[in-house]
Amino acid sequence: MADVRLAIAPFDPAIELAAFAAAHQAAGGIASFLGQVRAGEGVECLDLRHYGPLTLPGMDELAQAAVTRWRLDGLLIIHRTGQMVPGEPIVLVAAAARHRRDAIAAVDFAMDHLKSRSWFWKREKRAGTWSWIEPRAEDYSDLARWG
Amino acid sequence: MTARLVFLGRLEDLAGAAELAVAAGPLPDVLAALAPNLTDALLDDRIKLALNGALIADRAGIVLDEGDELAFLPPVSGG
Repeated sequence: MADVRLAIAPFDPAIELAAFAAAHQAAGGIASFLGQVRAGEGVECLDLRHYGPLTLPGMDELAQAAVTRWRLDGLLIIHRTGQMVPGEPIVLVAAAARHRRDAIAAVDFAMDHLKSRSWFWKREKRAGTWSWIEPRAEDYSDLARWG
Repeated sequence: MTARLVFLGRLEDLAGAAELAVAAGPLPDVLAALAPNLTDALLDDRIKLALNGALIADRAGIVLDEGDELAFLPPVSGG
C-alpha cells in the first residue's frame, strides 16, 4: 500500500508520479506535493542529514498513520538525503484515492509531519559558508492542525 | 571498553566530528569528559537521545556499555 523511500541520489518526480499513477489506475484521484530546493535566494547547496536507525522507520510509521486515517489506494513518499543544488527535488508525496479529498488531505498531513517530526537535519551553504537551519514555529503550528 | 556517541545537526559542528569513541560508563561521566561547550549543548533538554537506535524518554540512569551507540538528536528541520 505505502511505498516509502529514503533517496540518497537525485530522483525524477515526473517518472515517479507516472509510475505511481500507472500502479493505481482504479483510483479516481491522485494528489501530490513536490518540494524542491529554492533557487535565487543565495543558497548554493542544501544538505539534508538523517539518522539511519530512526529516519526511514519514522517515515514508515507516518505512512501507516496516513493510510489508517484516510481511505487510500496507495501512498508514495520519497525523501532525499545528502547534498542538493537549487531546483533539485527534496521530497515527493503522492496519494491515490477513490475520492480527491482523502488524497489531498493525506498529502497535506504527510508533508506537515515530514517537516516537523521526521528525523532530518538541514543545513545550507551561502557564500561558501554552511549553516544549520533551525525549526520554524510554523512547522509546529502546521502539525497542530491534525490533532 | 568503548562506546560511540553520534552527533546530528549542529551538534556535529560543535563536536568537530559526526561520531566520537568514548569510554563506556554512566552518561554523566561520559559527558563530563567532553569539551565543556559540547557538554553544555548536549545537556539541553530539547535534545532527544537514542540508544542503539531506540529513542529513550528519560536520560537519567543511562549507562553506556561496550559497543553501545548513543545518538544526540537536536530539534529536526527537514522537508
